[in-house]
Amino acid sequence: MDLFIQLSLTGLTNGAILALAALGFVLIYKSSDVLNFAQGEFLLVGAYVIYAMIAQFGLHWTIGMALTILVSIGVGVTVERLVLRPMIGEPIISVIMVTIGLSSLLKAIVSTIWGNQPKAFPPFIPSQPVRVFGATVGLDRLWAIVIAILMLGLFNFFFRRSKEGIAMRAVADDQQAALSMGISVKKIFAWAWSIAATTAAIGGALVANIVGVGPELAGFGLRVFPVVILGGLDSIPGAIIGGVIIGLLEAYTGGYIGQGLNQVLPFIVLIVILMIRPYGLFGQEIIERV
Amino acid sequence: MLTLNNVEVIYNDVILVLKGMSMQVAEGKIVGLLGSNGAGKSTTLKAISGLLKPEDGEVTDGSIEFLGEAIHHTDAADIVRKGIFQVMEGRRVFEHLTTEENLIAGGYTRRDMNLSDELDMVYSYFPRLKERRAQTAGYLSGGEQQMLAIGRALMAQPKLMMLDEPSLGLAPMLVMEIFGIIKRINEEKGTTILLVEQNANLTLGVADYAYIMENGRIVLEGYPADLRENADVREFYLGLTEVGQRKSYRDVKHYKRRKRWLS
Repeated sequence: MDLFIQLSLTGLTNGAILALAALGFVLIYKSSDVLNFAQGEFLLVGAYVIYAMIAQFGLHWTIGMALTILVSIGVGVTVERLVLRPMIGEPIISVIMVTIGLSSLLKAIVSTIWGNQPKAFPPFIPSQPVRVFGATVGLDRLWAIVIAILMLGLFNFFFRRSKEGIAMRAVADDQQAALSMGISVKKIFAWAWSIAATTAAIGGALVANIVGVGPELAGFGLRVFPVVILGGLDSIPGAIIGGVIIGLLEAYTGGYIGQGLNQVLPFIVLIVILMIRPYGLFGQEIIERV
Repeated sequence: MLTLNNVEVIYNDVILVLKGMSMQVAEGKIVGLLGSNGAGKSTTLKAISGLLKPEDGEVTDGSIEFLGEAIHHTDAADIVRKGIFQVMEGRRVFEHLTTEENLIAGGYTRRDMNLSDELDMVYSYFPRLKERRAQTAGYLSGGEQQMLAIGRALMAQPKLMMLDEPSLGLAPMLVMEIFGIIKRINEEKGTTILLVEQNANLTLGVADYAYIMENGRIVLEGYPADLRENADVREFYLGLTEVGQRKSYRDVKHYKRRKRWLS
């Protein structure tokens, strides 16, 4: 029983972090139909920036975190401005190719500045073990879960209640019609990319806190794909629940059956779910009036 | 209020769609713009509202002035802020948003955070939308979607509302209802309306002044009463012909008249 709770909590934390990275991915897809292959690199950049803030400049983690968020907003706006704006009006597939290029570029920039060696990293979020239902788990892992839940609530509110959020969904539905009511599509894209970079950076910071920083963190971002396909590419609750499902599955298979299989099983489940629900669990179905 | 002066629009750098289009819309009036498919009506509206750019269109000559200010190089978002709102052809509601969210998106350019006054106003014109406020817009009926499209425009409280074929694909009863509401909006709120239509009879019924467009330019203009009397308009737009004339002769005349129009 202890093992079960232990695995559940580990799975939930990984899931929460996956969900944060996936959230940004969904956001970009939702507002612009673009699959962002550089989402993993956003996570990487976030992790290294917080590493620099805390380990190299010796800032307190709260200040470091705030600065990391500011940097990510900057990264998002810059990417939108320099890479995506010239692509407005081009076929979506070209834009997607550009994000693949962007991912290599970001990776290269990170390894130029910080090198390729993994770096240990003093955990900055207090990580003393706490007992939960008889199992022992690091406090930092609980923090990751709390932060993910907060972000979910925040985003849900943003998209349902705020004018900018509704405008963002409107742009996703019909760009030209949105333009005709004075919604600036460029501004909305900049918003989407900044928020995506920010959530990925928060995810990156949480991962870095647990395992340290290294170039292989971008691989963590790769696991975003099964999460978003499972949850539905355009669903925010889907990203969260997809993240949790994948995280838990990995933890359970790793703990009960053995390491190795846990890398594969999520994909098997993914295929089964997609056979039953091709839009993903919560994906938006195409509305057809008859 | 709105003046188009010899406007030329070219798509993709080669296709000349508007060939010296000139027209005027006076404040507080309903102005009709009639014409058959491909005459350039929608292009005219898009040229005014700045929506040509995403379609690779461009105003290459002439000028568009709104309240004495040239707007043919202004961004679409700024044109909405100046008070021109285009209700696009084919309703174009945001399908995955609810009715109320659609309306809020329409009021995007309003400064105040609280849009409840605007919402109440729209619901007073379209009580049916109030019943459907929480429903996903993609599942509304065609008539309700058209009401939503007009309601969305009302949310922005525009000075000039441009409607692109609001009768498209609707039952005659509904078309009457919607035209009645357009008239009411014009009278009660003083909103100037530019109405693009293929349904000549209805348009001449509500408009204060009308233009007829063929092949990228205006070929005829006048007060509805005068246009109704015009032989060409009667035949080509209202489907009325003189009874009792010999067919063969009329066919020849028809061909010649048609040709003159198109040249």
